[in-house]
Amino acid sequence: MSIGLSHFLIVAALLFTVGIVGITVNRRNVIVILMSIELILLAANINLVAFSVYQNNLIGQAFTFIVLTVAAAETAIGLAILVVYFRNRGDIAVENANLLRN
Amino acid sequence: MIASIIFYLFAAVLIASAVMVVSVRNPVYAVLFLILCFFNASGLFVLMGAEFLALILLVVYVGAVAVLFLFVVMMLDVSKNAKQQFRRYMPAGLGVALVLFAQLALVLGSWAVDPGAVRPVVKGAGQLENTKALGRALFTDYLYPFEVSGLILLVAMMGAIVLTLRSRSDARRQNPKRQTGISVAEAIEVRKVPFHQGVDP
Repeated sequence: MSIGLSHFLIVAALLFTVGIVGITVNRRNVIVILMSIELILLAANINLVAFSVYQNNLIGQAFTFIVLTVAAAETAIGLAILVVYFRNRGDIAVENANLLRN
Repeated sequence: MIASIIFYLFAAVLIASAVMVVSVRNPVYAVLFLILCFFNASGLFVLMGAEFLALILLVVYVGAVAVLFLFVVMMLDVSKNAKQQFRRYMPAGLGVALVLFAQLALVLGSWAVDPGAVRPVVKGAGQLENTKALGRALFTDYLYPFEVSGLILLVAMMGAIVLTLRSRSDARRQNPKRQTGISVAEAIEVRKVPFHQGVDP
């Protein structure tokens, strides 16, 4: 049994689901949520590369480049915001993030 | 046969380490599992024949992003004893997961690839290797997106610096104006040194 396109798509779907669960379940710190977003973007990348390879078309891989760049930028900015937030509040629990409430 | 064994190995470790990333208690371990995750994803990329992206994934994620995560995790000293409320949020999480995965499976199941559309890569003469072909595509047809991604990185870098820069009043800074505006007269002093006596400081 050879490995086809749908195998990679199923792996990417599983990875995406795990990332979504990570965002939903985690209430403890924001860092793990950022990591879950990385997982989701990785799943998107796997999809793009799989389609690109199986259609013998390089657009997907060129687009994966852009996704990688945006993911790296997003991580850097997110962690910078996190550092500033920690400096102001002293913790990064998601549940306590209610500065704007009252 | 070998290829499918390798695929299942990489895929299983990938999914398992992704589950560990979201479920492990200590954030440092979560970062390490994230690194494992990226290694396996890059293995899958190699299996698909996208070698260049596999290596870029390693360089960018393991080399830069994961180290950034590790630095921040260790710098922030997140309290580990905060109770992880898995039990409270697990039903919601599992519900979301079930719905999402069911939808994705429906999409995957109800949709078939036209055999004519799938053109597996034929390795042979006249075909560029992956890196060369990707480079040619990036620097000709996709030059503008490529440049824009560089711009995005620049903006992200400036944003991160501006966000985290903290000017402290007690820091000792150089004063370039005074430094370059100094005159010879106040900078050096010429003294006669008597033999065997030295000079008073």
